[in-house]
Amino acid sequence: MEFLLAIITGLLYAAGLYMMLRRSLVKLIIGLIIISNGANLLIFLLGRITKGHPPIIPKGSEVFTEIYADPVPQALILTAIVISFGLQSFAIILIKRAYQAVKTDDLDEMNTIEEDIR
Amino acid sequence: MLIAILTGFIFAILLFFGGKRLVINKLALLPTLIPLGLFIYFIRFIGDISNQNFIYKTYEWIPSLGVNLSFTLDGLSLLFTLLITGIGTLVFAYTSSYLKGHPYLDRFYAYLSVFMAAMLGLVLSDNLISIFVFWELTSISSFFLIGFNNDSEASRKSALTALGITGVGGLLLLAGGLVLGNISGSFSIAEMLGQKDLIQGHEHYILAACLIFGAAFTKSAQFPFHFWLPGAMKAPTPVSTYLHSATMVKAGIYLLFRLSPLMGDTQFWNTTLMIVGGITMLYAAFHSIFRTDMKGILAYTTISALGILVFLIGLGTQESYLAAGVFIIVHALYKATFFMMTGVVDHQAKTRNVTELAGLRKVMLPVAIAGILAAISNAGIPPSVGFVGKDLIYEGTFHFEHSAILLTILAVLTNVFISYAGYVAGIKPFVGKLPEKFEKVKFPSIFLWLPPVLLGSLGFIFGLFPVLIQDALVKPILWSIGQDAAEVHLKLWHGFTPILGLSALTIGAGILLYFLLKPSQKLEHSITRFEKISPKSIMEGVNTVFMMFSAFWTRTFQNGYLRNYVSTIILFLIMLMGFTLIGGTTYHIDYASFAKLTIYEIVILFVLVFAIGLIVFAKSRLAAVVATGIMGYSICLLFVFYSAPDLAMTQFAIDTLTVILFVLVLYRLPKYLKLSDFKVRIRDGVLSIAFGALITILALEVLAQPVNSEISDFYAKNSYLLAHGKNVVNVILVDFRGADTMVEISVLAISAIGVFGLLKLRLKSVERYQK
Repeated sequence: MEFLLAIITGLLYAAGLYMMLRRSLVKLIIGLIIISNGANLLIFLLGRITKGHPPIIPKGSEVFTEIYADPVPQALILTAIVISFGLQSFAIILIKRAYQAVKTDDLDEMNTIEEDIR
Repeated sequence: MLIAILTGFIFAILLFFGGKRLVINKLALLPTLIPLGLFIYFIRFIGDISNQNFIYKTYEWIPSLGVNLSFTLDGLSLLFTLLITGIGTLVFAYTSSYLKGHPYLDRFYAYLSVFMAAMLGLVLSDNLISIFVFWELTSISSFFLIGFNNDSEASRKSALTALGITGVGGLLLLAGGLVLGNISGSFSIAEMLGQKDLIQGHEHYILAACLIFGAAFTKSAQFPFHFWLPGAMKAPTPVSTYLHSATMVKAGIYLLFRLSPLMGDTQFWNTTLMIVGGITMLYAAFHSIFRTDMKGILAYTTISALGILVFLIGLGTQESYLAAGVFIIVHALYKATFFMMTGVVDHQAKTRNVTELAGLRKVMLPVAIAGILAAISNAGIPPSVGFVGKDLIYEGTFHFEHSAILLTILAVLTNVFISYAGYVAGIKPFVGKLPEKFEKVKFPSIFLWLPPVLLGSLGFIFGLFPVLIQDALVKPILWSIGQDAAEVHLKLWHGFTPILGLSALTIGAGILLYFLLKPSQKLEHSITRFEKISPKSIMEGVNTVFMMFSAFWTRTFQNGYLRNYVSTIILFLIMLMGFTLIGGTTYHIDYASFAKLTIYEIVILFVLVFAIGLIVFAKSRLAAVVATGIMGYSICLLFVFYSAPDLAMTQFAIDTLTVILFVLVLYRLPKYLKLSDFKVRIRDGVLSIAFGALITILALEVLAQPVNSEISDFYAKNSYLLAHGKNVVNVILVDFRGADTMVEISVLAISAIGVFGLLKLRLKSVERYQK
């Protein structure tokens, strides 16, 4: 399964990069979302995956008695998901405002239009 | 001694505050006191130095790097300090009148003071690194002085050329110093001298010598780097006098002199110096006879004189060192006189063209005297000190062990040209009939004519009584480079020797040339035709190509398109990592594990692949956003399968919110356009797939490595015992790394404020885009 997940991760990165290279601002944001998902999956995968053993200490005991999933990557990813949401929501609203101001979501037009806005 | 060096810098800073008063209150003569005071300070050392009591002072600067401010005052340094401060005094006084009432006079004095201080530091330093620092400071102050008339484009260009050439030379000096320091383990020249054999036998000796040569040849305007010096004549005349004839351009000579006991006396050192010096002296002397601008003539004769000095150091005999030492004094005296005289002519008659100037003795007799004195000393006519100097040069070449005849012919030829150029610049403007347009020329002020007359007369006093400089200056120079000086006797009259014949020949041929060859525009034109193939044009060509290349480079990589930056970075990353991975990977696919896959996992993977494909190829934006949502939920399910319930919950909530946000703003956006053509899409697609493959390979590589679970074990073990929580992920976030989580929450809060602000923002009408 690790092998397939590694391929999926690569696929996410590839799709994310491809979307980031588009001229449309919306696609850029979508690309960003895909890449951040890919990064999460990568961290998760590199922390080794375990089926059916969440890092929760079972009732009645004080420490783990059998194998458990690595909690550190999970904590990292949790932080990453939340932070990337902060970024994404801000970016999405920013596109909206930018569109209201310049009436385009084409990055190239935004580039050249700069002098016209005072 | 440190104070003496720093005085110039301190004074320059003071001028920054109160400098304007110099101009307003007519205190322009005041700064002259600085070099004068320093001159008096240094001249007191003559007694010590002539008794071989050289002075060493060391101040620690960066001891950990072996860089100390160590100063040596020996014969060579003393000569240069006296030139710097002595001629400096006259130049400062001269400037007060030459640039009278100039709005930036204070600035000019500040630059001059900085230069003077840097030059003093340069000739007094014993440490190669501090020599480098002062060396570059002289280049920088020279840059400001050449470009002083900064409203003239030619001035600015010349200043840049000079800075470019001498600045690069300075870097070569640093490199050379580092090589020498590496070989000997010290940057102090005095300490290196003890390891002469080690340095000369080292495999990097040639490299070090080449670097030092590069520094010296650029600073002292040797062929083919000479062309910055004629350009530097765009500077006001006091600058040409001070920097570009008497002191700064001799810094290279000083360096060679200073290092010759250390690096000299090898075949490579001597031959290179002789060849470069020889070419320079003849080439520049030959060029000087074609010029019509007085400063142009003087610039080329200066280059020629510097060539003679390099050539003499290259000969490397006691006689040639003696000749070089005396010639430095001789040249400084007459060339500074020449320049100051030229400045007065230019200042009063408003032209420097020798074809127009004539008969000026009738309106400015003292200046004419100065010019004629300089011309006589320059031509080596007795009883000037120039005669003594020229004799010594001929003795140096004539007594050289091999090809003496050839070298002597070379020297004679050079001197004939130089003396002709001297007559043209120093005598021609003053003799003959005064043209009408110059009849109204005013008599210059005393500070303009006195300094050149003083210097010119000094040349005759030293010529009549050479013993004055013999013990005080010349012998200590030889001592300071480890030569024997007991037998040195400077004399005007040597009796009837072949040398006397050579001198007579030089003088005669020079005078003959003066009467045969009249300077004219036509003559000048005949040589400027060849400028296309001169080193200057080649350098300019190289410059142009370099500028074009950098413009191309900037346009290619700094093109203002985000996606191009991203592609460049990713492409570079792929190449870098691909190069490392080319050696092969260590991961082996465990096919047996595929059998353990459940149907849920397979379905999720397919959904994920489908969602990704949909995002990339969707025609409508809504479809893309929905697909993004599907992708998020699939990953969410993956988290569920692989024991990460907290992640699944978070991902689920966040993904829902993102999709809602997207849909909310979607209807306001323009149509989902396909903006790129097929070719671009293929290009980006290939790049993206390569990048994805790279990530996959990297992930597999890491998976093949053993895992270190030390940290996880710590958290797992202590989660309940220390923090009394059973969900380890939660405990890590809110307890062990609680502070991090709090900062994260504040990031979210800031983002929320931003979103809120953007939503509430009402654009002013001017901010709305109107097409």
